[in-house]
Amino acid sequence: MSVATPLLAVEGLTKSYGGIHAVRGVSFSLRAGEILALIGPNGAGKSTCFDMLNGQNRPDSGHVRLLGEATTGKKPREIWRLGVGRTFQITATFATMTVRENVQVALISHEKQLFSLWGSAPNFDRGEAGRLLELVGMGGYADRPCGELAYGDLKRLELAVALANEPKLLLMDEPTAGMAPRERVDLMRLTARIAREKSIGVLFTEHDMDVVFEHADRIIVLNRGTLIAEGSPAEVRGNPQVQAVYLGEGLVYDARHREGASS
Amino acid sequence: MAFYVVQFLTGLASAASLFLVASGLSIIFGVTRIVNFAHGAFYMIGAYIAFTLTERFSGAFGFWGGVVMAALAVALIGVIVEMVLLRRIYHAPELFQLLGTFGLTLMVEDLVVLIWGPDDLVGRRAPGFKGAVDFFGQNIPSYDLFLIVLGPVVLGILWLLFQRTRWGVLVRAATQDRDMVAALGVNQKWLFTSVFAVGVFLAALGGALQIPRDAVHHAMDLRIIVEVFVVVVIGGLGSIVGAFVAAVLVSELNAFGILIFPKISIILVFLVMAVVLIVRPWGLFGKPEAAARKTPGLTVNPWRPLTSNERLAALAALIVAAMLPLFAGNYALTVGSEIAIFVIFAVSLHFLMSVGGLASFGHAAYFGLGAYGVAFLAKMAGLPMIVCLLLGPLLGCMGAAVFGFFAVQLSGVYFAMLTLAFAQIVWSIAFQWVSVTGGDNGILGIWPEKWAASPSHFYWLALGVTALVTIALRVAVFSPFGYALRATRDSVLRSEAVGINAKRIQWTAFVIAGTTAGIGGALFAYLKGSVFPDNLGISLSVDALVMVLLGGVETVSGGVVGAIVYKALNIWLVSQTDLSKLVLGGFIVLIVVVLPKGIVGMLEMLAQRRRKASPPGSSLLAKPIESAE
Amino acid sequence: MRARNYFVGAAFALLAGGMAHSALAQDIKIGEINSYSLLPSFTEPYRKGWQLAVEEINAAGGINGKKLVVISKDDGGKPADAQTAANELVSSEGVAMLTGTFLSNIGLAVSDFANQKKVFFLAAEPLTDAVTWSKGNKYTFRLRPSNYMQAAMLVEAAAKLPAKRWATIAPNYEYGQSAVAVFKKLMSEKRPDIQWVDEQWPPQGKIDAGPVVQAVAAANPEAILNVTFGPDLVKLVREGNTRGLFKGREVVSFLTGEPEYLDPLKDETPEGWIVTGYPWYSIKTPEHEAFLKAYQAKYNDYPRLGSIVGYQTIKAAAAIIAKAGSTDTDKMIAAAEGLSMPSPFGEITFRKIDHQSTLGAYLGKTAQKDGKGVMVDSTYKKGSDYLPSDAEVEKLRPRD
Repeated sequence: MSVATPLLAVEGLTKSYGGIHAVRGVSFSLRAGEILALIGPNGAGKSTCFDMLNGQNRPDSGHVRLLGEATTGKKPREIWRLGVGRTFQITATFATMTVRENVQVALISHEKQLFSLWGSAPNFDRGEAGRLLELVGMGGYADRPCGELAYGDLKRLELAVALANEPKLLLMDEPTAGMAPRERVDLMRLTARIAREKSIGVLFTEHDMDVVFEHADRIIVLNRGTLIAEGSPAEVRGNPQVQAVYLGEGLVYDARHREGASS
Repeated sequence: MAFYVVQFLTGLASAASLFLVASGLSIIFGVTRIVNFAHGAFYMIGAYIAFTLTERFSGAFGFWGGVVMAALAVALIGVIVEMVLLRRIYHAPELFQLLGTFGLTLMVEDLVVLIWGPDDLVGRRAPGFKGAVDFFGQNIPSYDLFLIVLGPVVLGILWLLFQRTRWGVLVRAATQDRDMVAALGVNQKWLFTSVFAVGVFLAALGGALQIPRDAVHHAMDLRIIVEVFVVVVIGGLGSIVGAFVAAVLVSELNAFGILIFPKISIILVFLVMAVVLIVRPWGLFGKPEAAARKTPGLTVNPWRPLTSNERLAALAALIVAAMLPLFAGNYALTVGSEIAIFVIFAVSLHFLMSVGGLASFGHAAYFGLGAYGVAFLAKMAGLPMIVCLLLGPLLGCMGAAVFGFFAVQLSGVYFAMLTLAFAQIVWSIAFQWVSVTGGDNGILGIWPEKWAASPSHFYWLALGVTALVTIALRVAVFSPFGYALRATRDSVLRSEAVGINAKRIQWTAFVIAGTTAGIGGALFAYLKGSVFPDNLGISLSVDALVMVLLGGVETVSGGVVGAIVYKALNIWLVSQTDLSKLVLGGFIVLIVVVLPKGIVGMLEMLAQRRRKASPPGSSLLAKPIESAE
Repeated sequence: MRARNYFVGAAFALLAGGMAHSALAQDIKIGEINSYSLLPSFTEPYRKGWQLAVEEINAAGGINGKKLVVISKDDGGKPADAQTAANELVSSEGVAMLTGTFLSNIGLAVSDFANQKKVFFLAAEPLTDAVTWSKGNKYTFRLRPSNYMQAAMLVEAAAKLPAKRWATIAPNYEYGQSAVAVFKKLMSEKRPDIQWVDEQWPPQGKIDAGPVVQAVAAANPEAILNVTFGPDLVKLVREGNTRGLFKGREVVSFLTGEPEYLDPLKDETPEGWIVTGYPWYSIKTPEHEAFLKAYQAKYNDYPRLGSIVGYQTIKAAAAIIAKAGSTDTDKMIAAAEGLSMPSPFGEITFRKIDHQSTLGAYLGKTAQKDGKGVMVDSTYKKGSDYLPSDAEVEKLRPRD
């Protein structure tokens, strides 16, 4: 991939609901292997922005380009076919199927065997499914019904499912929401490792600033639908506008805390 | 002009009682998510009790007091039903409650005949509302005027109840988000009971108020229940205003439809419902259903293909079944063929309902289309039997392709109702288009050719086809397509996020299920030597639902077991007693209470419990490896 | 066999009735099928009728010295279930012949079954002309006067009315459609001057009576033909009375004089409708008085038309077997063709040409007496007088 075409390029993304601008003129880009955090207080437009990237919502104006291809107006499943894996804020899995079957569904879809009525699904890419589960540390849970899993395990399963189509880009909406601190760190380390190994770009939104500042290569900050800051963690941390926004919420980033968590 | 005004007013009068019953159903569904099939039965009991009371007590007080007392009495019955039966099954799989209320309906139909006798009863006219009012030379019954006023009054009272009382606020909250109300610490039990009582009261009142207009008889429930479902769905589930508007719409359609299309008024209503659902998938005033937070069936055992031993057992069962002609007589063989055909029918619905999560309320349409396909080919084209059997189901396939395309755009109860509407349209065509279909006199003389004519040969044919179909569908369940279908059932959001076109997967499943049902219908035509509109009627669709639910909707083989048990029991009871509905209904209610997971579901649970109990260490992580091939 | 019956009896002791038949090998068994659970208001009196007949036959020494046993099954109103029942009766119970059925489609289904399995079938009540004509077969006979015969009786009276503008109200299914078609055809032959100004086709069992009455009134006919029955009829009459539809208009109505349909109307019975029916209270023939006395003695209730049909069905079956001297199907057919026998309505004959019996019906006018609906001025119309010529029948009926 040349340096000239970024993995993801967002230009002037705008969406309004009944006269209220949810997202206004947001532009940013993401390189392969880069981990980019999208942060902002509640109601900043993170979710709207995310939904426009993954095809659940159509922007009023602006463009999203994935590897140079415009994705505006494409459905989530078409965007997935372009090589985008995603996880949800509230996990969405196939609850009555086992952990392995969840991954196998994604593999079946990836290999375009969805309408095959004859083959044996339980044996479908069993090895590959196992490898993906091992990768996220879920190898021992393969035969468990998904509905029995703890929340943190569901998040890891979602990651395995998201990796099934050998994605170039991962979209993760609050990947650590609802998890214990220890689990958060583990999951994000895992994500970061996989992203670097496979040179996958990761865009994630997150409330937990510890997670953000530890793992993001770069951070963009939204407030009231507008991009107010962009840069490395250090740059963003020092940005007075960002501090003002977060002071309002009482969520100032604490450097000592970060060091404590990473030790 | 006066004529049209009066016609309009007449429509409004019919709308009033329809609204009463429909609003009750809508409230109950909104809060408890129960599709109360017994709603028509409560309407009927209301009419019967009101008949008795108004005959017994004379005068205006006797009449109006009787009507209200009857509704209250039935509401009390409703409370008992809710506490004794429904409370036990709120947590059962979706639609299982339908099975329970269906059982109740069957029982009530026989019970009213036992209590009130078989004759149609004609009650008193309402005191003070016996005559008619002259309107520019047209007569309007004064009772109609009373009903026209009553409708909006009841709407107003309900509105006040929901807007101005704490109870109403809770009900509205529960309608929008059940889990939230539970989280708020509201006593859900009593909220549900009271809602059910109010809904039943409205149904019974609607029935009681029919006394001056209608005859009271034991088939009233079925006459109203379908229409009420239509009203509730057009209006939007859980919306009282929607129920009112839809009741008016449906009644005016009937009133004016007979002037313009006198012969198809019955289809008109279903056509309108289909159009409304296609254009507004949640009805006129409904809101999109909030995604349930509770994932359905968390306790489900993971599905797995049969182990080698289980396959041998299934094969052994098939061989035993194939040996039936060696020791059974012609009647047993014909019954065996019929059961086999119903297994095909049930597994086809099971595929759609259990694997795809799409509960069709009109699956008989495709069964019947398969049968009519055979009838047309055999009688009009004179094709040989084997060709008819192969091509006949294609009519079911085509019907499923067309209707399924629209139906899978919806989900849940709306999907169920749209499939019901389509089935009713097909049924009405078969019933009323006498010149082509023979109407309810059917098409006769479709007997099997010589090679399949003897009961044992036909039995082997039916058994063989059934085995093939069952195996094929089972293979499909564990095929990549089957996984994709289950995925769309569990989470459309996640399916789309892994590149699955959920609608197309579901449409394909619908066509597969419809075609399979058509195969059953084709065989059925030859078994009976004739086809009738019955073969695509509502009661057959309900039979299919009952078979799947009885067997266990969360299991892979529930369809097979449910069909065998239900059909065998049904045939035996009809042969043994005139009160088969009472006994069958009682049996179904019992099953619902004792085996809330269906027969196979319960067996699996027992087996699992035993497995868990015996080797304490080897339980969770070391589950037996699936032996698939 | 006995163990099974014992079990059934124990399990469903509450529901006793119509179960647990124990027949001996030398008994003559007749199979009987009807819509007991769907249409109890018609089939209960019918059952009482045939049970009375069985009792009388056995009290008189049975059929050629053998005891008569009737094995009765419910069809639930479904043709498919009726065939299952027919199959059980023939294959499992080994009955000599099948009888019964009420609904036309079930009558046809059983008739087709009889034709296929070469079993004698005596259809009791289904009205459709197809049973004996377009879909008639060698094995099927019918007792009750058909649609055509009822129409012909009504037309005879209707044609004498001065009315020229006619409207029709009929349930929209095969029975309603063919009743209207036959009536119109016969009527137009006799009265080319009449006009058909409106047709209403409410769905069977689901009439929306107010709008229908309004619509008919708007066409302002001088006379109305009604084919609705049961609860639909009740609603139609109530709305029609309140809205004054029947005031100053002649009404001709199929079957409304039968107690099954007339009695529920009580003090709302419209006056002066020309109807076919069964005025049990005013038939003074010795045959009928004997039947009435026996029926009332046994049941302490008055008979409906269904009682007559049930009674005569089994009487006819017994007469056929007695004459055939055997339960061989071909012999029974030969015996039945042209067989004459007494009935509460006088002598009847099963025609050789189309296997239709010549049982007739009473034609009269509706009236109210002490708050009850009755038929007055009624006269018996012999079935034989209201059937088309033999040449026409030959054309209608397929060759065996």
